[in-house]
Amino acid sequence: MAKITYHTHDNKTHTIDVQNGLTVMEGAVQNDIPGIDADCGGGMACATCHVYVKEEWLDKLPAKEDGEEDMLDMAFEPKNNSRLSCQLIVSDELDGLEVNIPSKQG
Amino acid sequence: MNKTDVLIIGAGPTGLFCAHQLGIIGLSCEIVDNLDKAGGQCIELYPDKPIYDIPAVPECTGEELTNNLLKQIKPFNVKFHLNERVEHLKKTESRWHVKTSGGVEFDVAAIVIAGGVGSFEPRKFSVKECEKFEGNSLFYSIKDKSIFKDKTISIFGGGDSALDWAIELSNTSKVNLIHRRDGFSGAEASVQKVNKLNEQGKLNLYTKYQMETVLGDKNIESVKIKHDDGEIKEIKSDYVLGFFGLIMQLGPILDWGLNIDKKTVQVNTENFESNVNGIFAIGDICSYPGKLKLILSGFHEGALAARGCFKYAKPDEKLRFEFTTTSKAAQERLGIKK
Repeated sequence: MAKITYHTHDNKTHTIDVQNGLTVMEGAVQNDIPGIDADCGGGMACATCHVYVKEEWLDKLPAKEDGEEDMLDMAFEPKNNSRLSCQLIVSDELDGLEVNIPSKQG
Repeated sequence: MNKTDVLIIGAGPTGLFCAHQLGIIGLSCEIVDNLDKAGGQCIELYPDKPIYDIPAVPECTGEELTNNLLKQIKPFNVKFHLNERVEHLKKTESRWHVKTSGGVEFDVAAIVIAGGVGSFEPRKFSVKECEKFEGNSLFYSIKDKSIFKDKTISIFGGGDSALDWAIELSNTSKVNLIHRRDGFSGAEASVQKVNKLNEQGKLNLYTKYQMETVLGDKNIESVKIKHDDGEIKEIKSDYVLGFFGLIMQLGPILDWGLNIDKKTVQVNTENFESNVNGIFAIGDICSYPGKLKLILSGFHEGALAARGCFKYAKPDEKLRFEFTTTSKAAQERLGIKK
């Protein structure tokens, strides 16, 4: 279990306990946190679960797999701290992770 | 006016198999899709990626699955209306009158929405100023490349569309290719070609830059691009092209009076009919307790929805359950000669 904090574009903060093994995307979708569309359902095929990871967490997250950076090219306003939240699998190590959800996904 | 029993919206695997199930029980159908080919997400998002969970098919790609489904419905001569998006529905007595974006009209007894996550639309620039020039000097697809001759074109993106058009247009236009990072997702051969053209001065490559804004009065005159380190460049441009892939939008489906929850249509699990009589939803676009977004679930939903359509298409007839292995009628519809 890890506490994940989602900052949504309406300046609200949602801190959720997300079970290990779920993705950061699923944590948001299952808890009705707005702004993560996840159209393809977690297949790294659509870039609509794009989040900005808080800088201090960038190096602590598992590296991007092939394909994630390619998909981020398609994301809405990608930045250096962009990740696809469907590729971030929750574990105890991610306890305290904070992500910002972009104003929109497409 | 196209008169048929059922209109299927969406030519993905679920829509295609529903057409098969309609054909087997003797109903006619036509299919509308916003893309230029059948296959839906299978073709648009992962044509070459393997799928391992189609029953009795240990492994196949999205393209193979689509081709096999097309082969399976071939006996029914289903008419496809591609590059069309369904815009308006109107109930007239017991039938539905449907109109598409391109003005194609249908008179049908029932509608099956197999629209996935919505219709695919080009992903656009996030910069507000871009909207003003869209369709005039800013495009997300190319219909007539001759307008670019001897002009300066700024192309944004790093996938195959961006690379292919940069290479092609560099023959007759001055091309700037702008991408947010050094790496490209397009084919390696195209990347090498672009790098070579850049070295030869036949194309200007700007990496680690993104769109900052577009400037101009009626038409675009220049674009400002911003480097990762904050530096801003202004480059002269007559046209801007953006190739950021496609995004799925639910679109007009939202206006049809259906119960929608989280971009999906709520249905019953008996025949996958929505709250509106005669409108069914199957595949990724439908939701019900326990819904799994798997292709195999879409097949099941399509089989039941097809039978649900029967009472609207042939109100005076009774549908009898039959197996294709033994049903003479089904085999005749399949064109099987013994």
